[in-house]
Amino acid sequence: MIELKREELLISQLADLLVNDKHIAVGAASPIPGAAALLAKEEAKLQNNRLRVTILHSNKYNNFTDGARELFDCAAQGRIDTFFLGGVQIDGEANINLVGTGSYKKIQKRFPGSFGSALMYFVVPQIILFREEHSPRTLVDKVDFISAPGFSDENIYRPGGPKFLLTNRALFRFNKQKKRFCLLKIHNNESLENIIKLTGFKFDVDDKITNMSIPDKTRIDMLRNKISYMVAEFYPEFADRIWGV
Amino acid sequence: MNKFDELSLSEIVDEVKDGDLIGIPADYSGVPMKFTKELIKKGVKDLKLYCLPLTTIQGDMLIGSGCVSEIEAAAVTLGEFGLAPRFSEAVESGEIVIKDSTCPALHAQLQATEKSVPFMPLRGVIGSDIQKYRKDWQVIENPMKSSGNKNEPILLLPAVKLDVLIFHAPCADKNGNIQIGRRRELATLAHASKNVFVTTEEILDIDLFDDELSAATCLPALYIDGISVVKNGAWPCALPGVYGADNNEIKKYSIAAKTQEGFEDYMKNYLFN
Repeated sequence: MIELKREELLISQLADLLVNDKHIAVGAASPIPGAAALLAKEEAKLQNNRLRVTILHSNKYNNFTDGARELFDCAAQGRIDTFFLGGVQIDGEANINLVGTGSYKKIQKRFPGSFGSALMYFVVPQIILFREEHSPRTLVDKVDFISAPGFSDENIYRPGGPKFLLTNRALFRFNKQKKRFCLLKIHNNESLENIIKLTGFKFDVDDKITNMSIPDKTRIDMLRNKISYMVAEFYPEFADRIWGV
Repeated sequence: MNKFDELSLSEIVDEVKDGDLIGIPADYSGVPMKFTKELIKKGVKDLKLYCLPLTTIQGDMLIGSGCVSEIEAAAVTLGEFGLAPRFSEAVESGEIVIKDSTCPALHAQLQATEKSVPFMPLRGVIGSDIQKYRKDWQVIENPMKSSGNKNEPILLLPAVKLDVLIFHAPCADKNGNIQIGRRRELATLAHASKNVFVTTEEILDIDLFDDELSAATCLPALYIDGISVVKNGAWPCALPGVYGADNNEIKKYSIAAKTQEGFEDYMKNYLFN
């Protein structure tokens, strides 16, 4: 069997978090979350469950007809269960920064911008933070700019928020009460000591910490023989790089 | 036969004045790249870009060419091909003003203008630095006691009216109705713009209103001030449902534009060959 790629392992970790969903939406620049959502959908189909997936940058896997605002209206109505957000920086209180580093008025390195994060983070019940690079420059003590805050005061309307953070080394769960991440799983080649060293914020460690689960053959086959072609429709560069399709 | 006078591309370009607040469609809505090329050649200055809600190569090229003084957007990016290099450098050097926003706020500000109300409320956003730096936004306590949390703070966004909007569409009909399909954000942009010009692949000798299915996909001519047929008008961007993006070209741009010199070399070739 061809060796499992890092991206495939991450797709599989994300798909495990989507099994209870009815509608997953995937935004910009998200080939790994997009593949995970489609994988969860195809696996749900085998169990006779219907899972809707809306991929914003796809014409085919897109349930919207009312223009680009429909994602936000739909999310605000509570019709989306899971959405993915990333960040140039993510801090220990789950604040995310998609704008840049340095002070805002004198920005050092400018990134694209906040996209829809400042609403989606508030209204979608399960936000999964996904950032491949796990280093002290991405996982920081305090973000330089808050595109969307990790938590809000009691009187702010906020049915949604951060639930998990996945990097290429680890999976964390966010504890809303403690405003703190808890380490659940680590990559097979990682040690807890190294994760601590590479994480710029303090976090808890779960009693039952495990390695990331390796997908079984059925899932890998599904990913390589079916999902890869679906992903090629909206992320051709990624599908070509990972699967050569 | 068309029941309207088609404009030339240069007539549309002449409708854009220095300092205009111009509507910029996202990469999935029909980016008018041939128009953008002519606009750059003309040397327009001090444009204020209003992106719904983001821009890719179009915004990056206009910024790199010195046509832009301000941009309001939720993101500027080359998507799979990375950061928008001319945008990033212009923000880092302070050459342009960026009004950082978030997608639903950009929609809501135009929706206020659609309804001709002075502002639109939006949930979320409160407590972000986006809100902190937007002095034109206000937070009030929800005055409607029938809904919402107790003493719920809510964000108000001002109505924004655009001076001009240009987008590229698959086709127009003989009466000047424009097929926009599911890209309804183009209708939002058009409703909120003083002037709207469209470049299109073709003008069909039909009336889109004759059929219930096509009527639902069109932007009525009453919002349109001028149409010009421009083949491949979105290249190298995609025209959804008609042709895909030329990824090789966008990649080539993303590499060239990493430096201002590389950008200028690329543009010399792009504009004049």
